[in-house]
Amino acid sequence: MSDIVEKTLTALPGLFLQHQAAGGSGVPRVSVSSRLGSLIRSITALTSKHEEEKLIQQELASLKATVAAPNTTLRLMKECMVRLIYCEMLGYESSFGYIHAIKLAQQGNLLEKRVGYLAVSLFLHENHELLLLLVNTVVKDLQSTNLVEVCMALTIVSQIFPREMIPAVLPLIEDKLQHSKEIIRRKAVQALYKFHLIAPNQVQHIHVKFRKALCDRDVGVMAASLHIYLRMIKENPSAYKDLTGSFVTILKQVVGGKLPVDFNYHSVPAPWLQIQLLRILGLLGKDDPRTSELTYDVLDESLRRAELSHNITYAILFECVHTIYTIYPKPELLEKAARCIGKFVLSPKINLKYLGLKALTYVIQQDPNLALQHQMTIIECLDHPDPIIKRETLELLYRITNAQNVSVIVQKMLEYLQQSKEEYIIISLVGKIAELAEKYAPGNEWFIQTMNAVFSVGGDVMHPDIPNNFLRLLAEGFDDENEDKQLRLYAVQSYLSLLEIENALYPQRFLQVMSWVLGEYSYLLDKGTPEIIITKLYRLLINKSTTSETKAWIMAAVTKLTSQTHSSKTVEKLIQEFSVSLDTCMRQHAFELKHLQENVELMKSLLPVDKSCEDLVVDASLSFLDGFVAEGLDQGAAPYKPHHQRQEEKLSQGKVLNFEPYGLSFSSTMSSSGCTGRQSPAGISLSSDVSGNSAETGQKETNSLKLEGVKKLWGKEGYLPKKENKAGSSPELQPIAQDSTLVENVDQMIMKKDQSQALHHSEEEAEKQRLASTLFVGLGSESAVSLLGKTDTVSHKFRRKSKINDTKNREVTSTHNINCSSFSPLSNAPYEDNDHLNSFQDKEDIGLKKCSLGSEFLESGLKSESLTELHLVENFSACSLSPPSLFEDNSMEIFHPPHPTLSSFANEISLTSSLLEELNEHVHSDLVELCNNEMLKVSSCKIWKDDCLLLVWLIVNKSSLELKNMNLEITSTENFKILEHPGFCFPVIEAESTKSIQHHVQMEKLFTEEDLSGCVKYKVEEDPYIQLEFSITLSLLDFIRPMKICTEDFGKLWLSFANDVKQNIKISDSQANLPFALKTLQQKLRLHIVDIIGNEGILACHLLPSVPCLLHLRAHEGMAALWFRSSCSTLPDYLLYQCQKVMEES
Amino acid sequence: MQFMLLFSRQGKLRLQKWYVPLSDKEKKKITRELVQTVLARKPKMCSFLEWRDLKIVYKRYASLYFCCAIEDQDNELITLEIIHRYVELLDKYFGSVCELDIIFNFEKAYFILDEFLLGGEVQETSKKNVLKAIEQADLLQENQNEDWGGLSDDIL
Repeated sequence: MSDIVEKTLTALPGLFLQHQAAGGSGVPRVSVSSRLGSLIRSITALTSKHEEEKLIQQELASLKATVAAPNTTLRLMKECMVRLIYCEMLGYESSFGYIHAIKLAQQGNLLEKRVGYLAVSLFLHENHELLLLLVNTVVKDLQSTNLVEVCMALTIVSQIFPREMIPAVLPLIEDKLQHSKEIIRRKAVQALYKFHLIAPNQVQHIHVKFRKALCDRDVGVMAASLHIYLRMIKENPSAYKDLTGSFVTILKQVVGGKLPVDFNYHSVPAPWLQIQLLRILGLLGKDDPRTSELTYDVLDESLRRAELSHNITYAILFECVHTIYTIYPKPELLEKAARCIGKFVLSPKINLKYLGLKALTYVIQQDPNLALQHQMTIIECLDHPDPIIKRETLELLYRITNAQNVSVIVQKMLEYLQQSKEEYIIISLVGKIAELAEKYAPGNEWFIQTMNAVFSVGGDVMHPDIPNNFLRLLAEGFDDENEDKQLRLYAVQSYLSLLEIENALYPQRFLQVMSWVLGEYSYLLDKGTPEIIITKLYRLLINKSTTSETKAWIMAAVTKLTSQTHSSKTVEKLIQEFSVSLDTCMRQHAFELKHLQENVELMKSLLPVDKSCEDLVVDASLSFLDGFVAEGLDQGAAPYKPHHQRQEEKLSQGKVLNFEPYGLSFSSTMSSSGCTGRQSPAGISLSSDVSGNSAETGQKETNSLKLEGVKKLWGKEGYLPKKENKAGSSPELQPIAQDSTLVENVDQMIMKKDQSQALHHSEEEAEKQRLASTLFVGLGSESAVSLLGKTDTVSHKFRRKSKINDTKNREVTSTHNINCSSFSPLSNAPYEDNDHLNSFQDKEDIGLKKCSLGSEFLESGLKSESLTELHLVENFSACSLSPPSLFEDNSMEIFHPPHPTLSSFANEISLTSSLLEELNEHVHSDLVELCNNEMLKVSSCKIWKDDCLLLVWLIVNKSSLELKNMNLEITSTENFKILEHPGFCFPVIEAESTKSIQHHVQMEKLFTEEDLSGCVKYKVEEDPYIQLEFSITLSLLDFIRPMKICTEDFGKLWLSFANDVKQNIKISDSQANLPFALKTLQQKLRLHIVDIIGNEGILACHLLPSVPCLLHLRAHEGMAALWFRSSCSTLPDYLLYQCQKVMEES
Repeated sequence: MQFMLLFSRQGKLRLQKWYVPLSDKEKKKITRELVQTVLARKPKMCSFLEWRDLKIVYKRYASLYFCCAIEDQDNELITLEIIHRYVELLDKYFGSVCELDIIFNFEKAYFILDEFLLGGEVQETSKKNVLKAIEQADLLQENQNEDWGGLSDDIL
């Protein structure tokens, strides 16, 4: 059949030309609607693109006029649509017609409607806004009694339909599943498939109906339902295991030729159906021996039946092999499948060979021997003229790479790389080479040379991780210090010789790598002073093709080197030259270098040799500027407000009334009080309050920056080029790397790399054999593990010094710590000593579990506390206070004071249990003993009620005597307000009994931590008063409560608050995960997580009684940008401090 | 299937069907790149191409290239047969099809394609059924043509 088609088609262009020559008189077999016909003919007659454009624009103009004219008939409109489709296909925009296509679908008769729908499906995409206008038409047509109309509506729905309008048509389409015509049922299933793709949850309720479709008596309907099943099974195979039997039965019937002959394709029964079913069975049987068991027979049958040598049987065979290797393996079948793959690989047909290689690549990890069997074919394919075959072969080799064959394989890959022009290929191949080199490099030289090739060719298109990883590898080193030095030294030498070459152009990324390595490690060179290297770098710096980003890297390198030399003429020259550079960044760098150079001591301490892996302490809050800011404010300068704040204030002023009094004057007293207020909670200085964000202020006032300040910030990281460098830079200069130089380079490298293995690809068998032996070395005989290149975790040749493990461990411990201390605000005092906790190693797991449980409770709102949680809290605090024996799941025991006397024990229990009722409702701290003597003991407990802080004092009379005139007095301070009378008097406390007193405490003045002190006085018989003093520490957090608001309210509040504090803080790795960081804040500061959107989170809390504060947190590359807003001017600062503290702690 | 393109040996697009939402700019770029790549390939080369993260399956029939983009895990060979089945359908419908049929009656070619592939998936594998569906719709069309027969074609 295809041959006939081909012949006919070949004959026809000639016919077409004749027809042209005949002047366009109608060809009978081509029914040409006149306008379109003449348009097509005239376009074909044109010779230049320009003419075509002119003609089409004319055509479009006339079409535009026609479709817009009110008297255009629908019939004419139909013609216009066809022509519009044609124009769009030629690449001309005709959006003016889209609305008319919809109209045509809506108003036309069948014939016009059909074209209208077609035009819509071609013009619009599923997110197009005009599509909404089609919904009504579709609904109407779905209800039509005319089958063709229903078909058309279903067809359009299956192609494009607005997701949000699915409910409007869903019931209608569901009805169609019962339609008597199979074509309608089939299209309905297809439409539901589309819905499942774009909005799976909307069709969840009709899964039963899918099952019905699967059992439909019509093959077409059943086949259509398989699309849905394939999709759903891909997402969740375990939910459909019960259907395995049905799928197997269907496949058996298909393979056995039980379907109508209509579905045969080149006398193969329903191949599309077979392939679909094979795929489904593969997904179901994956890692599931029992399900796989059911499929073995039918797979065997499929393999056997597919004996005919038509393409379509190969398609089925290929799918069969794939399935057999996907499901739980059965040796017999694997053997047959392997033979099958052999057929593909050895086939003279190139398409089949390609698929054979593809099959090998995914089979190779299970069965490396297969590669050995076909090694000669693989070698041949390596030199195949078709690059696609070559590439697939390389993919195969990439997966069998090991330490023995790495150099040959990488060489092959590099060869291929030289010939590739396509960016996508270069990127992926360069990535693979770098990965292999890192994993299996046989030696330093090879590694550096290979990476040089990677950088030269991959240049600026490759993934930025590659140079970053490479540098990190160099910097962090491996297990052997000596080996590290060798590698670094070799890198330095190799770069120096590369830079020696005149007029060589390297990609910018490569230059950056070079300059970093030279700056960092050229001290390893025995001979040669930094001066030589600086000169080389200087030459790069003045090279016109160097981008400003690279220049920043080079400057950093020069700066590092300068600290190692005494005086350098080149540096002097450089400073002089760039101090007047038009590039502001460069000018800044030059000035910095100049000033640093004047203070050699400082420079050396700032840029220590070979310390790139060590962390630098940076004062990110720019606290050194506070004095300057305060001074500025004193002199009447307006406080700096960041841009966003100004803008939002403007917005909020427009929208809501500002009930806050205007902060009119910024007199000196005010600002200084702001400053002190700011410093007091932190101990360390924090950024802004009235003065705004001092970080940003600092930037603003660059010219008055003191150098001292700069130095603190100016770590190595500071030198590393950041994006901003581009901002103020000169325009990007001419494209870099010219192909020829690159190729030359690679050539040289390859030549150097491995002389002995310079393989000539002659056709001689011997050569190939040798290649085979180098390529397939280590395959087969060795254990399979080493072959699994990709999944291999064992043999990283250039493994980083077990740092990963370290960090992991650290992470684990830190997680632990977080969890352990997650209740620290709940029981402040006892938690000083985390180490103590570590002695409970064996209990650790329990503790962790409990903590996380506890945090869930916290999350679920402090109200719904169960007794269990109480246990947990108590338990946990107890474990830090008391010996391990107390660590049991018994709340009674945990309420023990550390050394209870038996007598008072009972009392306390009774009292505690009466307290319990109240405690149960709220989170509370454990009981802390405040003071003690031989007669009496005072302990207290904080209860964090939703609306207040309740302090409960327990006074225990341990003696056998009555205590009289017992007075408890709380010293009043300005910080607190006690709602009740601060004193309390018990006329008598009986022997061995306990009394409790409660105080509601409010915060009067903001503080971080303050002591609340008091005393008890009592008399024993007629002796004079005995006085005991005590104090308890209250923290700000005792008065912070989560504020449960929704995102919308948050937004409103946010705009209405004028007090605003922003700060970037460093976060540890464990917190890089935003939800985790937020959880920490939630647990420790009791902030309510309002919402998490991407890498941003918003939280809300209020300070009792009702001062709200909102936090916006954005995590970005190890930094968290905290942004507080509140109606209170000082609260944000205090909270910021707490945030910083908990983030640092965890 | 992500999209299907038909283009001539001269690189002229004859038919395009996109099953994934893409911007017009993107479509044009893809078309241009693909046409160029496919046309540059030699006749004895493999019918499959790796292109960006997609697989391209193409086949030439006389002066027309049929070109489909599928995902990596899809079966290339069966895609080749999809193309062939479509050609068969066109051939049956037009009665030994040629490029001209498709140029001048591209809307018919689209109708046939929509009956065969729907939303990127094979809808109906029975040749008979596909053609039946098309004929049914055409029949109505002809009836209507008769209805409209009284009107002159002058307005066109």
